[in-house]
Amino acid sequence: MIHANVSVEVDQSAAKNIFQDAVFIEELRTQMFKFAKLQVRDNQLAEDAVQEAMFSAYQNIERFARQAAFKTWVFSILKNKIIDLLRKEKRHTSASQLEDGPNLSGEALLEHLFEENGHWQKDERPKKWDQPDHGVENEHFWRIFDACLDALPAKYGRLFMMREFLEMDTPEICHNEEVSVSSLNVTLYRARLRLRECLEDHWFQKEKS
Amino acid sequence: MIKCKHATQMLSEKLDRPLSTKEKMALAMHTAICGPCRQFGKQMETIRELSKSYAQAKEPEEK
Repeated sequence: MIHANVSVEVDQSAAKNIFQDAVFIEELRTQMFKFAKLQVRDNQLAEDAVQEAMFSAYQNIERFARQAAFKTWVFSILKNKIIDLLRKEKRHTSASQLEDGPNLSGEALLEHLFEENGHWQKDERPKKWDQPDHGVENEHFWRIFDACLDALPAKYGRLFMMREFLEMDTPEICHNEEVSVSSLNVTLYRARLRLRECLEDHWFQKEKS
Repeated sequence: MIKCKHATQMLSEKLDRPLSTKEKMALAMHTAICGPCRQFGKQMETIRELSKSYAQAKEPEEK
């Protein structure tokens, strides 16, 4: 503990570096904006949420010496801001009012994937996903992940992101979105079916071909 | 015996609610003989992990 003061000083200068690293901050800001936009679907609201999260983070900057820790933390602030926004805009667009959307959804999706007798259609059977050597291609993977999320019908995407990104629990989502528990579970199932198929078609199988 | 359509729904719901003992048994019996549904179950877990990495802006962890 003798070195406590010294290490605090070191941390502070390191912390300042976080905001001096323009490339890091710009990338982080872009990433945060994309994340917020996907969920609130409004440029201005998303932009505001990112600004506010950055500002709160900046006020406590001395606690973060490492960029990675800072990034995790600023994202957790952003998630809470998004949850607040979604609660507030409840009256305007709850998932119960959103359409299932175009493309295959609902029953049509199930018919496409499964035979009448309830077994997988031959071509649609899940294949083994190799853990690809992501490495340099990581960024490419996340672009595909984004595209697959974007391709989900609005209602699926919204409920999926509430559950998986914002980690909201079932009673809260159901209350906020005015959907029943069973309807939430079915929608999440369909969202995962779609997402799974999209990732398999555009990433996991593509690597092999 | 439950069919793939039903089994996949349970494999998804498993992430959202605790399954009953009866459901767990039916699912275990199905996945014991159905490779595609076993894959599907693993992929559901992978999708959850990927989403977590995405939301924390982290690289996915190597397995």
